[in-house]
Amino acid sequence: MFRRAQILVLVTVGVLVLTLLNLPPSVAARLKLACGAIFLPLFGLARGGASFMDHASYAPLPRSALIAEVERLREENDRLKLESIHASEALAENTRLRAQLGAPPRGAWNRRLARVVAREPSAWWRSVTIDYGTRDGAAVSQPVVTSEGLVGRISAVGYSHSQVALVGDADCGVAALVAETRDNGFIKGGQSTLDAGLVEWTSMVHSPRILAGQTIVTSGLGGVFPKNIPVGQVLDTRTERSGVTTTARVRLAANLDRLEEVFVLRLEPLPADSEATTPRPRR
Amino acid sequence: MNRLQIILMFVVLWLAVFLQTQFGVLHRLIGVPVCVLPALMVYAALTHGLAMTTLFSVVAGLWLDSVSASRFGVSVLPLFAFAFVVQTRSHLLLREQRFAQFWLGAAGGFFVPLVTAGILQLGQREPAFTQGTWWQLLVLALMNGIVCPLAFGLFDQLNQTFNYQAIETHSFRLDRQIVRGRN
Repeated sequence: MFRRAQILVLVTVGVLVLTLLNLPPSVAARLKLACGAIFLPLFGLARGGASFMDHASYAPLPRSALIAEVERLREENDRLKLESIHASEALAENTRLRAQLGAPPRGAWNRRLARVVAREPSAWWRSVTIDYGTRDGAAVSQPVVTSEGLVGRISAVGYSHSQVALVGDADCGVAALVAETRDNGFIKGGQSTLDAGLVEWTSMVHSPRILAGQTIVTSGLGGVFPKNIPVGQVLDTRTERSGVTTTARVRLAANLDRLEEVFVLRLEPLPADSEATTPRPRR
Repeated sequence: MNRLQIILMFVVLWLAVFLQTQFGVLHRLIGVPVCVLPALMVYAALTHGLAMTTLFSVVAGLWLDSVSASRFGVSVLPLFAFAFVVQTRSHLLLREQRFAQFWLGAAGGFFVPLVTAGILQLGQREPAFTQGTWWQLLVLALMNGIVCPLAFGLFDQLNQTFNYQAIETHSFRLDRQIVRGRN
C-alpha cells in the first residue's frame, strides 16, 4: 500500500500538472520561455563554437580557391543585381496597375536572416528554434524559407528566440498547388516525423494530370504564405478510395534535416509615395 | 547522498536536454530523435529518495517542454509516473546489475514517449502518431536501455572525481613492525 509521503507526492504532482495544462496559452507560453531561458547560455556557446569552427575551416583554404570563389560570387552578384532591377521594375508596374484598378497596394516581403539554434527533441512535432524574437520583429505566422523553398511558419515567439513549425507539422498546414497543372490542394498538418523531407499533398478534386516530377508551390490561399514559393516535387500519386481527391507524396525542396540558416519573411507596407500607390479613378 | 551528487545530477540533466536539441544526425539517419531522459530517471529513482526523484522528474519534464513544441507541462506526468514506479519498487530491483539497468531504461524509453503521446492526443493539437512511430518507440527503448548503464557509470565516475573519498582504514597498521627472534 502507498505510504503517506507517497500519496502526498502523487497529489502534489497531479495538482501541479493539472494547473500547468489548464493555464491560459499566453501564460503557459511565458512560463515556457522563462523556463527555457536557462538554456540560452548553452545556445550562445553552441553558436559561438559553430562560428569558430567555420572560421577555422576557412584557414587552410588555398588563396587561389578563395580568389576563384570571390570571382564566382562577383559574377553571381552582378547577375542578381540585374534580376533585382527587373524585379523592382515589375513590382513598380504591378503596384501602378493595382492602383489603377483601385486595388489596395500589396506590401513587400522583407527577408531577415535567422540561425537555427535547436531542433525538436520529441518525436511528435516537426519544429526548430531560431535566434529571432520579438526584439527583431518576429510575430506568429511569419513565413520561414530558405533559398531552396518553404520551411514553415513561426508558431511561438519569445524575446530573443522563436519556434518554427515546419511544413507538415500539426501547426503548419500549407495551401499549395501544382505549378504545371494549377491544381489546388493542401499539405495538412500532423504528418509523420520519420522522414522530415517527405509530406503528403492532397488535391481539392481528383486530377489524373498530376504526375511525378511536377513542382508544388504555395498557392497564396490562406493568407499566411506568399504565392509561388517552391514547396517540393511530386514523387508519386494515388487516388483516394473515395475517388474524390488525389494524394501525392512530395519531397520538400528545402532540406529540413540540415537547416542552419533560414529567412523570415516580413510583410512590410510599401512607402506611401507618389503615383505608384495613389489610386486613380477608373475610366 | 550529498549536495554535490545532486548538483551533478542536475547539471547532467541540463546538458542532456540541451544536447538532445543539437544532434540531428540520428534523426537524419533513422528518423528518431535523441531522448535519454527516461534513462536518467532510472538513475535518479534507484539512487535517491522519493522527494529528490520527484523534483528531478518535474524539472526534467519542464526543461524538456521548454525546448519542445509540446504544451508546457505535458512531459512532467509520464516522466514522474515512471520514476515514481521505479523508486517505490527500488527495493525489489537488482539495481547494481547491468541487465536490470538495461531493461529499466528500455522500459522507460518505450513507455514514457507512449504515455506522452496519449496525453497529447487529449489536447487540441494532435501529435504525429503513425505506423512509423512504433519504430521510433523501439529505437528509443533500445537507446535508453544502452544509455542507462552508461549513466550509472558516468555518475559513479563523476562522484569519484568530484567527491571527497573516505580513506579506507585497515586493522593492520602499516607502521607496525614485527620483530622476530629473541631480544
